Amino acid sequence: MEFIRFNNVTKQYKNGVVAIYDLNLSIEKGDFCFIIGGSGSGKSTLIKMLYREEKPTRGEIIIGGLKVNKLRNANVYKLRRKLGIVFQDYRLLPKSNVYENVAFALEAIGAKKKEIRPKVLKALELVGLKSKLRDYPDNLSGGEQQRVAIARAIVNEPKLLICDEPTGNLDPVMSMEIVDLLEEINKKEGTTVVMVTHDKVIVDKKKKHVIALKEGHLYKDYKEGEYIDEIL
Amino acid sequence: MRFFRIVGRSIRDAFKSVGRNFSLSLASISCIIVTLVIVALSIVITYNVDNFTSELKKDLTIVAFVSNEADKADVDKLKTDIQEISNVEKVTFKSKSDIKDEMMKEDEAFENVMKQWDEEENPLQNTYLIKVKDIEKISETATAINNLSAIDTVKYGEGMVDQLVTVFKTAQKVSIVAVIALVLMTMFLIVNTIKLTIFSRKREISIMRLVGASNFAIKIPFVVEGMILGFLGSLVPVGLLIYGYKSLYNYFGGRLFTDIIKLVKPEPFIYYAAGIVVVIGIIVGMIGSGRAVRKYLKV
Ligand SMILES: Nc1ncnc2c1ncn2[C@@H]1O[C@H](COP(=O)(O)OP(=O)(O)OP(=O)(O)O)[C@@H](O)[C@H]1O
Ligand SMILES: [Mg+2]
Repeated sequence: MEFIRFNNVTKQYKNGVVAIYDLNLSIEKGDFCFIIGGSGSGKSTLIKMLYREEKPTRGEIIIGGLKVNKLRNANVYKLRRKLGIVFQDYRLLPKSNVYENVAFALEAIGAKKKEIRPKVLKALELVGLKSKLRDYPDNLSGGEQQRVAIARAIVNEPKLLICDEPTGNLDPVMSMEIVDLLEEINKKEGTTVVMVTHDKVIVDKKKKHVIALKEGHLYKDYKEGEYIDEIL
Repeated sequence: MRFFRIVGRSIRDAFKSVGRNFSLSLASISCIIVTLVIVALSIVITYNVDNFTSELKKDLTIVAFVSNEADKADVDKLKTDIQEISNVEKVTFKSKSDIKDEMMKEDEAFENVMKQWDEEENPLQNTYLIKVKDIEKISETATAINNLSAIDTVKYGEGMVDQLVTVFKTAQKVSIVAVIALVLMTMFLIVNTIKLTIFSRKREISIMRLVGASNFAIKIPFVVEGMILGFLGSLVPVGLLIYGYKSLYNYFGGRLFTDIIKLVKPEPFIYYAAGIVVVIGIIVGMIGSGRAVRKYLKV
């Protein structure tokens, strides 16, 4: 079943730079999809349009039946509640501990107090950090911090998990662990995962759906297992 | 219910942040205190002025003495002439024989002398008693009456009354200007206090947006913070108002300088005034933070 659809999407920034040209693509429900491409090829722009941080200049983006490009600013939060978003730089609250960082996502949307605790513990268990509830981000390794960020992204049980270079700051071993974790979430929870990465080793090994961008154009859309390492 | 949870958390966060930006919060609160003390003062002045002017209005009368050369027709015509003056509310005639009778009743010494006067000999004067609509204009009205040719002289109240009213009205105007200036300055300070909070919580706000907090949920903690600043700033002025006015009232025995100026009884007046002061404090805080939120939080 189709979950994400881009129809003739073009994105031109206010300064005149065109980051995405007439893009068409489709991602299935429950899919695990890598977005790859050289620096400046428009990967982050594509992702930002998914969570409606940016609006396409032309074309249509549909997520689970919702026309994201038609969404009014005041209603963007309704989309965000169905998404989880993870970045390269973790974006944790330094003065809050692991538990509080994850709980913050639920508090911010006004979740019930008695719902918060079990959901946070479940998410932290899934990312393997249940033993570090009271630790502060500064005392965690990069990989652990990213796990906290992932726990925060999935705590509200999103349908879609969006990751922009989540392993960009991590060494190869930790990177692979994080991707393994994302794969586990994808399998266990059925969450659709869209992950931007530079890391060819990971893409090569995982044999997933791969969308390759080049200078804002769709270079190739490899079905699961079709990906071969080409110089982009 | 989600609404109440979000508001509840906002109140908790707002208190934390008042403590965190303590020095700037204190500056805002001090400014609110000064503003509200003056607001309280002007409420006290305005209400008292309104009160005693309306009391005076009931009592204050212009007495116009009619020239003894005027004949009966002149005297009758005077009544309509006086009534035509714009500020005049009510005109009553008191003849010199009425006055004679009144005086004779009051004092035996008068009686002995006066009872020998007949109508022709009576040296007293016919009078008109005039009530005015606006006592602030009483002196103009008195002059206008005095200008009528059949009127000898005009007297009203104690000479200082209209001056007193003018003094109070001026004080009131000055305090209104001061309040407006201070409210603007307070808003400026509140905007800056809230701006600082917004900046210090930039990361939190961006995460809130990311995880799908509504605009309302993002903005409300800052607005609540402004309201808390306003509320805290109103406590000192309210204390001053309640205890200050009570002791002022007791010290002067309910009157100011002269019996003409009666002070308003402290209860329940001060409680209403205190309520107004608190509400103004909260509203000023709310508007200030609302402006900051609109300016620095583009959501
Ligand atoms: N906010 C912006 N305003 C103007 N131009 C932008 C903006 N964001 C990105 N761009 C431009 O759009 C193009 C695509 O940028 P984008 O960030 O999507 O690339 P990317 O594939 O994520 O690159 P990287 O791998 O370096 O993260 C670039 O030329 C970039 O300079
Ligand atoms: Mg990027």
